[in-house]
Order: sequence, then C-alpha cells, then structure tokens
Amino acid sequence: MRRVVLTIVVTIAGLVALLSFKSHLPTAPSAAVSTTGGTSGTSGTGGTPASSSSPATVPGEFPMGSLAGKLTAGETAVTGHVATTVYGPVQIQLVMRNSKIVKVAVLQQPMNTANDIQIGDFAFPKLISETLTAQTAKIDAVSGASYTSAGYIKSLQSALDNRA
Amino acid sequence: MTGGQAGRLRHAEHVMGTVVSFDVPACAGGAVGQAVRWLHWVDGTFSPYLADSDVSRFGAGEVALAQCAPELTEVLEACASVSAVSGGYFTTTPGGRFDPSGYVKGWAIERAAAMITAAGSAEHSVNGGGDVQCVGDHGSGQPWRIGIADPLRPGTLALVVAGRDFAVATSGVAERGPHIVNPHTGQPATDLASVTVVGPGLTLTDAYATAAFAMGSGARDWVESLDGYEAFAITSRGADWQTSGFGAYLT
Repeated sequence: MRRVVLTIVVTIAGLVALLSFKSHLPTAPSAAVSTTGGTSGTSGTGGTPASSSSPATVPGEFPMGSLAGKLTAGETAVTGHVATTVYGPVQIQLVMRNSKIVKVAVLQQPMNTANDIQIGDFAFPKLISETLTAQTAKIDAVSGASYTSAGYIKSLQSALDNRA
Repeated sequence: MTGGQAGRLRHAEHVMGTVVSFDVPACAGGAVGQAVRWLHWVDGTFSPYLADSDVSRFGAGEVALAQCAPELTEVLEACASVSAVSGGYFTTTPGGRFDPSGYVKGWAIERAAAMITAAGSAEHSVNGGGDVQCVGDHGSGQPWRIGIADPLRPGTLALVVAGRDFAVATSGVAERGPHIVNPHTGQPATDLASVTVVGPGLTLTDAYATAAFAMGSGARDWVESLDGYEAFAITSRGADWQTSGFGAYLT
C-alpha cells in the first residue's frame, strides 16, 4: 500500500517539476485554466469543495483535507509521506476499499503563486481522476490522438506507467 | 522513469516529440535499451523538425535519396503503397512540405517491439504516444486490454479493446487542435473527433488510421474493404460507428 501512495506522490512531484517550466502564467488562473482544461470538468471550481461527497471518479472533483474522519464501513485511509517539490511540500491521502483506491485527497500542496493555483485547480484533479479511471478499467495501455511530451504527464498512460 | 509490477518492467522514454511506453517482462529489460537507441536514431534521421535530419535535408533538396539512410528509401516506397491503397488520403506532404511522420512513427514502434521479441520476450507492448503494438498476451493467457481515449471527454475512455498480437492506433484532433489535413481539399479533416484502427502490425494500422481520419465519414466503407483491419470512430458531433468485425475486440 505504501508503494501505491509513493507512486502517486512521485507522479505528482514530477508534474509539479514539469509545470515549473511553464513561463506564461495566467493572470486569472481559474479562468485560464478552464480554457486549457477543455471539457474535463475542472472549470469554475476556483474554491475547493471541502466537503464534496461526489464519487471520486468524477473528473475534476477531489476533496481537500483529511478524509480519515469521513470513512464509511470497509474503507481505510492511507496517508503518504510529505514529498518535497521545487514549489513546496505535497502530501496526499488515499482511501482504499477492497485494495482499490476509491478516493484521493490532497492534504498539502503549494499555494504561493499563480502557478501553484493552476496545479491545484487543473492538474491535480485531472491526474487523480485519470489514475482512478485507469485502475477502474483494468487496462494495460491507452490509445488516443498523439500526446506531446509535455501532455504525457497528464495522460492516462502516465498513470499506468507509474502504477506500482 | 522505470518501474513495474513483479516480473514486469515499465519504461517511459521521451522521444519523437512524445513519450514511448514499454511494458515488458523483466527478463527482456535489456532489449529496451536497444529499442530506445533505435527510436532516438529514427528521431534524428526522420524528424522534420531537425534541420540536419535526412528527412529535412532531402525535403529541402540538399541531398539526394542515395545520400540518405537506406531506411528512407524503404519508408518512401512503403508510403507510396499506403497512398495508393488509401486513394491518396495518406500523403508524405501533409502540410505542403515533405514529412513522412504519419508512417514513420508506427513503423519505428513496430520495429522496436520486434527487437524485444528477438531478445526472447513473447509478451510485451510498446505504446508510441497513443499508438500501441502488443505482442503475445499480457501473461497468464490474459489478452492485452487497451483503453480508447474519448476525445470529447478528456481523461475518460470511450471503450476498451482486448486482443493478442495486435496493434491499436488512434488518429484524432490532438492537443494542438486539428492537425490532419484532407489532402484532396487542403483543409483540416473535421468529420471525425477520432478514429481507431485495429490490425496485426502497427506500421500499417497507424498509417491507415491517419488516412481514415483524413477520409472522414468515408473511412467506414474503406476500412471495411481492408482485410484484417477494423475501425471504431467517434464523430465530431459525438456519434460513433464501427466496422462489422470490430465487435470481436470488445470485451
């Protein structure tokens, strides 16, 4: 279980490192991010749905803060170590049921710059939902219109390659 | 980045403007290095974005074909064949200048997979930025399961295909917007959001997917006429269709 947490933390840390190369920071992060995100459903959630009870597989919706006190029967919360990234600490928590990830919560993320907010609003939810989708579908690889080297990090295939 | 489940090795290599993902038995891990070197050689020789590649210099008329890597001759002959089979919808001049990338990527990936076969693996896959060559099965008799990305709902899958010894290639509106031109009109192809072709080897499967996307709605009858190939498409209006034998790959 620790390996799963570690894998996702490593993936997110890689994502943070990658996004740090972006030079064109949006002045209005949420609006700009919703354009970039297309139809992935990440738009319009500039705030954080702290008590979201939606299924974790809905793209773009993920809770902030520990879920340890909100578990239903059969669920276990697993908290990852704090991963140090160039933008600051990242820590996530997984909720497991029958050895499968059913929810992912972000406990700590960098919140200092527009870039950090972009990561929080756009990249984290996308990465998390794709990790969950890949797990749910039990697939070995993804076929789709070619992604660029930069786009790969947000892709389902990336989630699969990082799967422990 | 390299990792994997017990007995398996996964490796993702940034090359050819995308990422190539390997899923191989750990015992064949040594062949991944050889395959990676091959892909970087292909990139350096065939990239239209590198000014000193054979493709760039040949396209600019700076060198004759005989002065280029012999593989360029092989690729050009194969491209001419695919162009003929597709009624001209596949072309080596998609944007007006010489660029055989629509053939080269699938060809390079299929050959990379063959290198790993030659090293003793009978069950591996190589995914070149969304175009996948699967060899054998995924171990324990299980078929490979390949998710088809839904182009209209990023991050979700349209469906999953399963098979052994097969290739899956998808052409579509990529991250940068429409990029496949209908060579007969010079305009971007807009009928389809994506089309997936399934066939035995990735070289032709990928080239046919590119031609099918340029063809648009006419691609259904065309792929139906090709022996050993099946297609599934999502139209830009959100409808979908599949050829008559595609159902054999659905789980």
